[in-house]
Amino acid sequence: MIELLTENIILAALVSLVGLGVLFGGLLGYAAEKFKVESDPIVEQLDELLPQTQCGQCGFPGCKPYAQSIADGDAINKCPPGGQSTINAIAKLLDVAAPSLDEEHGEEEIRTVAFIREDECIGCTKCIQACPVDAILGAAKLMHTVITQECTGCDLCVEPCPVDCIDMLPIEEDIDQWRWSIPKNQHQLIATSSSTVHETLT
Amino acid sequence: MVAGHSHYNKRMQEFAIILVSSILINNYVLVQFLGLCPFMGVSKKLESAIGMSAATTFVLTLTAMASYIVNELILMPLGLIYLRTIGFILVIAAVVQFTKMFIEKTSPLLYRVLGVFLPLITTNCAVLGVALQNANKDLNFMQSSLYGFGAGIGFSLVLIFFSAMRERLAAANIPPPFEGAAIAMITAGLMSLAFMGFSGLV
Repeated sequence: MIELLTENIILAALVSLVGLGVLFGGLLGYAAEKFKVESDPIVEQLDELLPQTQCGQCGFPGCKPYAQSIADGDAINKCPPGGQSTINAIAKLLDVAAPSLDEEHGEEEIRTVAFIREDECIGCTKCIQACPVDAILGAAKLMHTVITQECTGCDLCVEPCPVDCIDMLPIEEDIDQWRWSIPKNQHQLIATSSSTVHETLT
Repeated sequence: MVAGHSHYNKRMQEFAIILVSSILINNYVLVQFLGLCPFMGVSKKLESAIGMSAATTFVLTLTAMASYIVNELILMPLGLIYLRTIGFILVIAAVVQFTKMFIEKTSPLLYRVLGVFLPLITTNCAVLGVALQNANKDLNFMQSSLYGFGAGIGFSLVLIFFSAMRERLAAANIPPPFEGAAIAMITAGLMSLAFMGFSGLV
């Protein structure tokens, strides 16, 4: 066998490389089974689609718990900050029909950012404790301010403020945030079984 | 007894020479210009540079061993030296993938530090460079793995130095035409000049 291989160079090359490939393939296949990690990748994917405002308007303490809940079969239309685009993205990921936003959890608004009127701030630190993403800077009896880049616009800090000095300002659209608007009437160009079923039902 | 002792000393001296030579004199990044992509790409933050260094050192040592075995047991006896490049690529890819699975299962903490970087290393030319040079130099198993380890330490040393410098550079007052990548290239060039000074050390 070895003699045959050393005499026939092409055969030797073929056998050794294919052999190596099969060996490594087998090893990796075995490892994939043996070292399989028990995790639910769908939760990570859902969490990535959610807007990460950690606002709790869905009724869960944060975006990750809501992602876990969706994976367990909860409704996907409970996220007002994400709005319809997030619902559509999740529906696409889970391959279900996209419902409209559940009014119970709030309405979709334009993206805002918190702004503290610094002259009026008394330095009570209440908004700092309310902020889910640590976007407010300040200390007791010192003026607070919002780190604009970190603020997710969840407006959880507005309510605790005893002097009502926090405004939610709409983010002005500039070249960084500008996106092509989604085409208005999206015709179903490609006929799929789900679209026909949908139309016969409605 | 005396002879055994001097033999042991000689071996230790040889190992020390291999380490010094692979870390400083023949530094893979700054002297041989291999593995420049992660050197430029992952050096913006010290934290990620440390993760990348650890992952690369790990993979370099492992692949130096694995490619030695494949070279010595399969390619050399069959006279397939011309297949080294493609054979080693196969070995490296399989080893990296296997390591990733193994770490993911056994140590989630280590996986979170190294995980992102492991697949990147597959295409790192320093890894292939070490395997090929080891094969060309006719080193034995111990020397090969030591050479791989030394190359990894050298890579780490340089990458961590460079990223620490780039963090300072980000805050430095640089003339506008040199900002960003330009000053990084100049810094790398100066570092390389400094490392050229090690030649002739051994």
